[in-house]
Amino acid sequence: MKVVGFILRPRILWILLVIALMSPVAILAQALQKGGQLPSIVLPIPKSTEEKAYLGLSGSGTFKIPQIKADVVIIEIFSMYCPYCQKDAPGINELYDVIQKNPDLRDRIKMIGIGAGNSAFEVETFKKTFNVPFPLFPDQDYVIHQACGEVRTPYFIGVKIQQDKSHRIFLSQQGGFPGAQPFLDQILRESGLK
Amino acid sequence: MINKSALCMVFVIGILTSLASSTTGQTISDAYKGNIYQPGKLKPTDSVLKVRVGDQAPDFTLLSVTGEKVSLHQYRGRKNIVLSFVPAAWTPVCSDQWPGYNIIRGVFDEHEAVLLGITVDNIPTLFAWTNQMGTLWFPVLSDFWPHGEVAAKYGVLRSDGVTERALFVIDKKGILQYIDVHDINKRPPLENLVKELEKVGK
Repeated sequence: MKVVGFILRPRILWILLVIALMSPVAILAQALQKGGQLPSIVLPIPKSTEEKAYLGLSGSGTFKIPQIKADVVIIEIFSMYCPYCQKDAPGINELYDVIQKNPDLRDRIKMIGIGAGNSAFEVETFKKTFNVPFPLFPDQDYVIHQACGEVRTPYFIGVKIQQDKSHRIFLSQQGGFPGAQPFLDQILRESGLK
Repeated sequence: MINKSALCMVFVIGILTSLASSTTGQTISDAYKGNIYQPGKLKPTDSVLKVRVGDQAPDFTLLSVTGEKVSLHQYRGRKNIVLSFVPAAWTPVCSDQWPGYNIIRGVFDEHEAVLLGITVDNIPTLFAWTNQMGTLWFPVLSDFWPHGEVAAKYGVLRSDGVTERALFVIDKKGILQYIDVHDINKRPPLENLVKELEKVGK
């Protein structure tokens, strides 16, 4: 009875409630909301010179999304094992091409993919199979996938990066890739780039 | 005396804490929409292998989703074989395993290997499930009746009637060269299978 009395003291209960609200599921529920911020996503700086140049990064080590040299970053959470990710891959590549061919956009919009539950080998297999031209990163232990709320794949996140390197999510979308040009139009509209 | 607000808070904390521990560590493709059953975390393995590397692989004949009978012996002397047992249709890890193999047909061809996917589900269930994966290049076989007979021969039938998540690599002479009875909750990394194909394909 003494123990019960101790647990149910209001102050203790409020502390427990705060801890519960900070628990993974509470964070997951808030993950990837439009207008919000990205969860902590730490990625390795690519070894490839081309990919480093594309992202505007240098050196080695790790980076966070707002360090990418761009006004807008599109992140695709995918899996090599996901049929829709495979089906959408040519269209996503086309989106990259459309952006790269537009001199007003190619330095302002960058794309990356994060392979949820995929090893480096599996990500590389996906990249080679579908000739993916933008950088892909493995998330073998689901760390990023869990931080993003265990979304179904593919999942698209659009992030607007300000000059002071602060950022906000302007697009958070489960699948439903509508094709390269409609998706680009949506990105331009919702990010305010257009 | 326990007051009502205290009880409410305890209830909320309990719910949040239990939900917090339910993160899955699995991806689910949007291809399956909301139709994947979540069995929760299962005992990693639950059977006793009846074969070993170096043994002759037990022969079998099973019906495929497309209606053909497929026998192991029909590949003897011509192809290396990968048997991929997955526990059940419409479950999380299984639904995101074969679609990965589906995009590496070239690797199997390069090593003169075929893939045979096997579950203990019946043909209509396998038909509906595999249709969500796109067009599969490899046969999907039903070990439904007598229930799990082939899985039992290999020693990968679990006590609840589904199979282990298991890979067997069999060479052209019909000899088992690799066995991976994997933790049922996790997908075997692709690189392990590719390495074994490289060995057997030489």
